Amino acid sequence: MQTTNSLSPTPTTGEATRTTSFGQRLSTFLYFRPTLLLLLLLGPPLLAYGIFYLGSLATLLIQSFFRLDDFTGRVVREFTLATYADLFTPANMDIVIRTVGMAAAVTVTAALLAFPLAYYAVRYAPAQLKPLLYLAVLLPLWSSYLVRVYSWRLILAKEGIISWAFSLLNLNWLLDDLLSLPVVGGPSLTVSMLGMFIVFVYIWLPYMILPIYAALERVPKSLLEASGDLGGRPFHTFRWITLPLVFPGVVAGSIFTFSLTMGDFIVPSALGNSSFFIGQAVLSHQGTSGNIPLAAAFTMIPIAIMAVYLLTAKRLGAFDAL
Amino acid sequence: MTHNSTPAVRFSNVSRYFGEVKAADGVTLDILEGEFFTLLGPSGSGKTTCLRLIAGFERPDAGQIYLYGRDVSGLPPYERDVNTVFQDYALFPHMTVEQNVSYGLMIKKVPKAERQRRANEMLEMVQLGGLGNRKPGQLSGGQRQRVALARALINHPKVLLLDEPLGALDLKLRQQMQIELKDIQQRVGITFVYVTHDQEEALTMSDRLAVFDHGRIEQVGAPAEIYEHPATPFVAGFVGVSNLISGPVAQALTGSPEMFSIRPEKIHLGQPDEPVSGEMYSADGRIRDVIYLGLYTRYLVELEAGGDLTVVEQNLHSTSMDVLAAKGRRVRLSWLHRHCRPIAAKG
Repeated sequence: MQTTNSLSPTPTTGEATRTTSFGQRLSTFLYFRPTLLLLLLLGPPLLAYGIFYLGSLATLLIQSFFRLDDFTGRVVREFTLATYADLFTPANMDIVIRTVGMAAAVTVTAALLAFPLAYYAVRYAPAQLKPLLYLAVLLPLWSSYLVRVYSWRLILAKEGIISWAFSLLNLNWLLDDLLSLPVVGGPSLTVSMLGMFIVFVYIWLPYMILPIYAALERVPKSLLEASGDLGGRPFHTFRWITLPLVFPGVVAGSIFTFSLTMGDFIVPSALGNSSFFIGQAVLSHQGTSGNIPLAAAFTMIPIAIMAVYLLTAKRLGAFDAL
Repeated sequence: MTHNSTPAVRFSNVSRYFGEVKAADGVTLDILEGEFFTLLGPSGSGKTTCLRLIAGFERPDAGQIYLYGRDVSGLPPYERDVNTVFQDYALFPHMTVEQNVSYGLMIKKVPKAERQRRANEMLEMVQLGGLGNRKPGQLSGGQRQRVALARALINHPKVLLLDEPLGALDLKLRQQMQIELKDIQQRVGITFVYVTHDQEEALTMSDRLAVFDHGRIEQVGAPAEIYEHPATPFVAGFVGVSNLISGPVAQALTGSPEMFSIRPEKIHLGQPDEPVSGEMYSADGRIRDVIYLGLYTRYLVELEAGGDLTVVEQNLHSTSMDVLAAKGRRVRLSWLHRHCRPIAAKG
C-alpha cells in the first residue's frame, strides 16, 4: 500500500456529520449521561415531595411535642410530652380502638368479598366480559365520594329501601334485633356502627378487588394444572398454590382498605352516632378547640399503626405484587 | 420390554373440538407398557391436545381413553395415575426445589422425614443433589427441567407425560438431555409419552412414534420405519427432508406418473456426462442454489424435466470455496431404484 505524507484536508463527508443541530447534540450529550438525565427529570418532583409532603409530616411530628396552654389557649412552643400524656387517656384510647377495630373489620370483609369476585373475573369470565367487569369495579370511583356516602344515607334510612325490603319479607324483627345489638346497633341503620361498616365496605371494596385481580392474573394456569396433576384436589390447589401466590395481593389491598378507613372522617360523621373516630377527633381538636398539638399527636397514631402494618406487609412479600 | 396384552394407554376413536377446530379427530392409538412413545407433529396438529387428554386437563368430546384397561375419560387429573412434565415446567415459585419435588407426597400425607428423604434421592438421580433449598427462580433452565422431571417421577406414575420438555433449552443442552431422558426412562421402566415438533428428537429418542397432522394420526411406527417408509406425503415431508415427485416429472424420470419420494442424501451429484448404471434413475439439471452447512452442503437442483430436487452431500473432500463455486454448474443426478418410495396420495 502506498503511504502518503501529505496532510490532506478533512474530507467533506466528515464535515457533514459534524454540523448537527443543537437538539441532536443535546440528545447525544444526555444519551451518554443517563444519571444526569434522571436527575433532571426527578429533581422537581423530589423537591416538591421533600418540601411539601415530608415537610408537613415533620411539622406535624414537631407540633405533637408542643402543648396548649389551658389558660391562654395558646400553643406553647417548647418540647414536652404533656400532649402525649393527654392522648393516652381511656376516652381517647376508646376512639383509637373503635377506629382500628372498624378498619380491621372492613378489611377482612372486603377481602372475603373481593376474592371470589376477582377469582371469577380472572378464571371463569369469558374474554368479552372481562373489560365490562373491570369497568363495573371502577365505575363507582368515577362519581363523587360524598355523593355516594350521602346516597347510602337514603338507602339505609328508616324509610329507605333496606327497611322496605326487610318488611316486604316480613323480616322486620331481624333488622330490629340487629339494631338492638350493643356497640354495632343504634336507632336506625343510618345512625349505627353497622350502617357505617356497610358503607365503608362498599366505598373501599374496589381497592381490594383490583390488587387481588392483578395477583390472580399473574398465577399461570399451568401451576394449577401441575397441582392437579400431582394429585392435588381443588381444595389442595387453592390452599397450597393459589392462596400463597395471591396472598401478597390481598395484603396490598388491605393496605388501602385499612389505611383509608382509619383516616376517614366523612363516613363516621355522616352515618355514625356521637362516638368519635380518629379522623373526627383530629378535626375537632384542630378546628373547634384549636388544640393543634393534640390533633397532631392523634395523627401520629394512624401513622404509627400504618408503619407497623407496612413493615409486616413487607415481610409477607406484599410489595412484590404491587 | 415386558408388555402384556393391555396397553398402557389406549385412545379409542377420541375427538376433541375447540369450536370449529378439530384438535383431535377420531384418534385411535395403543401405547405399550414401558415404551418411549413420541407424538410428533407441527404446532396445531393435535399432539399436545392428545397428551392433555391423557393427563385429564381436557375431556374428550367423543371416544374413550383407557389407562391399563380402565376407562378414565371422565376422571379429573388428580384421580389419574399419570404425571406431567410441563413445557414451561410449571414449578411452584413460592416453594423450594425440595418442596416442589415432594409436593405429590405431601398431598398423599407421606410423613415429612420420608418425604424429604425421597425428594433428595430423586434430586440425586437428576443430578441436582444439594440444591433442594433453592427457589426455582435461582435455577437455570436446564436445572428447572430436571426439577420438573424429579417432581413427576417421585410419584411413580404408570405413565409419564412430557410436553416438549426440551423446547426452551439450547442445542447442546438439549442433545445432552435427550440422552439422559432416554437413560432415565430405561432405568425407571416407566412408559414415557413424549410430545415434540422436532423430528430429529423424535427419531433419536423414541421406541415408536405417531405423526400427527390436523388432529389425525398420519402414521405410527418405529423411527426407521417412518423415515424409510413414509406412508403419506405429509410424513415424507415432515420427517426429515424429502423430494416428492409426481405427475409428468415422475413420468419423465421413472416412466410412471405415480408419486414417489426420494431422500436428498440418497441422490448422487455427478458430472453432466457421467454414465448411469441400469439400476439407477437419472436426471439432468443445473445447480440453482448452494447452502453450505459445515458438515454437509445442500444443493437445490433445477431439473430439465421440470421442478427442483434437494440434494445433500457430505463435505468429505470439498471446502466451502469449492461448493459455493458450484452454483450454476450443470450436473447429472442419479439414484438407485430401490431408494424411491412410492407414496399413496392422500384421499
